[in-house]
Amino acid sequence: MRLLMLCVLPLLGALLAWAVPLAATMRISALLIVAATHFALLLSLWVSPAPPALDGWLAADPLGLIVLSLTSTIFLMTAVYAVGYLQRVRPRGGRMFISGLLAFLGATSVVALSQHLAMLWVGIEATTLALAPLVFHRHDRRSLEAVWKYLVISSVGIALALLGIFFVATAQDGVPGRPLVVGDLVAHASLLQPAWLRAAFLFLLVGFGTKMGLAPMHTWKPDTYGEAPSLVSSLMAGALTSSAFLGVARITQVAMAAGQGPFVQPILLGFGLLSLAVAAVFIIGQSDMKRLLAYSSVEHMGLLVLGLGLGGVGAYGSMLHVINNGLVKSWLFLVAGNIVLASGTSAVLANRGTLHRLPVSGVLLILGLFAVTGSPPFGLFISEFTILRAAFAAGHPWIAFATLALLAVIFVGMAALILEMALGTPDDGHPRVRESRWLVAGPITLACMVLVLGVYIPGPLNRVLALAAVALGGRAP
Amino acid sequence: MHTVPQLVLLFVVLTNFGVLGTTRLSTCIRALALQGWLLGLLPLMLASHLSVHVMLLATGTLIVKGIALPWFLHWAIREARVRREIEPLIGYVASLLLGALALGLAFAIATRLPLPHLEESLLVPVSLVTVMIGLIVLTTRRKALTQVVGYLMLENGIFLFGLTQAESVPFLLEVGVLLDVFVGVFIMGIVVFHINREFDSLDSANLAELQD
Repeated sequence: MRLLMLCVLPLLGALLAWAVPLAATMRISALLIVAATHFALLLSLWVSPAPPALDGWLAADPLGLIVLSLTSTIFLMTAVYAVGYLQRVRPRGGRMFISGLLAFLGATSVVALSQHLAMLWVGIEATTLALAPLVFHRHDRRSLEAVWKYLVISSVGIALALLGIFFVATAQDGVPGRPLVVGDLVAHASLLQPAWLRAAFLFLLVGFGTKMGLAPMHTWKPDTYGEAPSLVSSLMAGALTSSAFLGVARITQVAMAAGQGPFVQPILLGFGLLSLAVAAVFIIGQSDMKRLLAYSSVEHMGLLVLGLGLGGVGAYGSMLHVINNGLVKSWLFLVAGNIVLASGTSAVLANRGTLHRLPVSGVLLILGLFAVTGSPPFGLFISEFTILRAAFAAGHPWIAFATLALLAVIFVGMAALILEMALGTPDDGHPRVRESRWLVAGPITLACMVLVLGVYIPGPLNRVLALAAVALGGRAP
Repeated sequence: MHTVPQLVLLFVVLTNFGVLGTTRLSTCIRALALQGWLLGLLPLMLASHLSVHVMLLATGTLIVKGIALPWFLHWAIREARVRREIEPLIGYVASLLLGALALGLAFAIATRLPLPHLEESLLVPVSLVTVMIGLIVLTTRRKALTQVVGYLMLENGIFLFGLTQAESVPFLLEVGVLLDVFVGVFIMGIVVFHINREFDSLDSANLAELQD
């Protein structure tokens, strides 16, 4: 029941916000209420697990619970931010904006809880469609180009993923168990037709990898993140990519259970290293903060599949990294939103002296730089360190060294830009801007969480992470 | 294996090449509509017995892929007053050759991936070649509308493959597929119009402002 509520409640909210002519403040309250209720329901899952719903199609298994917790947290923080944002900006089609956000929450909840691959696919497709109008909210040339690229590339990716799901069904032909239900696929994994399963893995990895923004399918990402309103970018970089990663993780789970590790792991490693390399090349010399963050997202998606591909403690590191990366991306995009609200642009040069003009956002920006590049004491240090350890344990020290070298390049590239933005001397005397509490509450909370995760991983979370790692064919450290 | 479905599948391949080899958008859309009709017929021919489920699937496919989407695209080219594709990224002869290559590749792959419990020999290669030609059209044509046609061909190819699983995959999925095609194109359609209004042409090559 609670699982069903988690999916249906946001969709009802979306319908309400769209169909009923509410006052703007009422719509925003609806957004906050749904976000808070969703988060409360999620917390209740941690206290007492919910039984599977819809004939076992919906269940909160460890993998899904991790992604759901992340998306619900990010959504709540983004909803709080939206209150402050909508006081300053009136996006065209105000009700479309709120209802798009809520529909996105419903769709990601479906993705996280779905144990049926086709339903997971429908959820991921729905997230694409829910956010498309929000990317296009300015109705100008640049946002048009961004939404076109986003729609075409994501739709092709999603279509290829669907073909992959049909391949899974073919691999499962004649095997006992309900069709396309992950638990049943894993239980009878050794009976699946290996050739079709491999083809399915390839198509699902490319398809969902497109939505994650793995190189070389990442080309929509900088444009879309750059042009979308920052709070939408925050949801995309934090929640949407994590949901898509869950799709990759599910098929990896099945493939590993079927003993296809030697086939899938090198492919995952290849995509991971390529994404890191592409990110490193494009981060150097970026001139726009949001595009910089988009390439940083490509980097972290690379790390996620790298961890999966290494197996062992790498799987644990990957799942922990999903949480850390989601939180820090959301944090930084919300800070970018504050910067854009103050100056009207996310270009680095026009925003020099951010620390002076926006003291709170400026500090958050500098802290975010260290967090996102994996410096201690932030959580990303722990998860990246775990992934690197897995590389040594798996007998691939060269992967660890290559990753470290690319991470170092990325750190230098990002630091040069962000420090110039934060500390540089502004061109003219931009006055200090008062920062609304609504606009800084979200990023501050997210920053605290990333900091806590760097120092201490709570017991229940550690247990769920360990279970997820085992499901992915790995183990807890 | 009956010969009629084989014949229908061959016609599907011909419509693929029809889209690849023409400059007129209206011909493209007609070929796509024909493909939609053929796809609507196939569930009826391949089913072991005619259930309500099969009839609904066939009717739904016919209405969406054979009538509604082509009608929508026709309406779009009338509104936007575009008639032909202008110089694609690779020429028509080259893209036909590429299509032929895709056909060979599809058959080569299909022999490596035998379908369990199904003697249908053409469904898998035809599905794969439709997916590949859809991707070729999508990536080499410059008009946004032709790209939408390419995307729909890609979806048609996936639908063809889905037919091999029509018995075991739940009904829900097929509805989801049709709906997704519809919604996807609907949104793309809106974007197509905005492209037309913003740039006075449907040339998606105009969309090149965002670059590194």
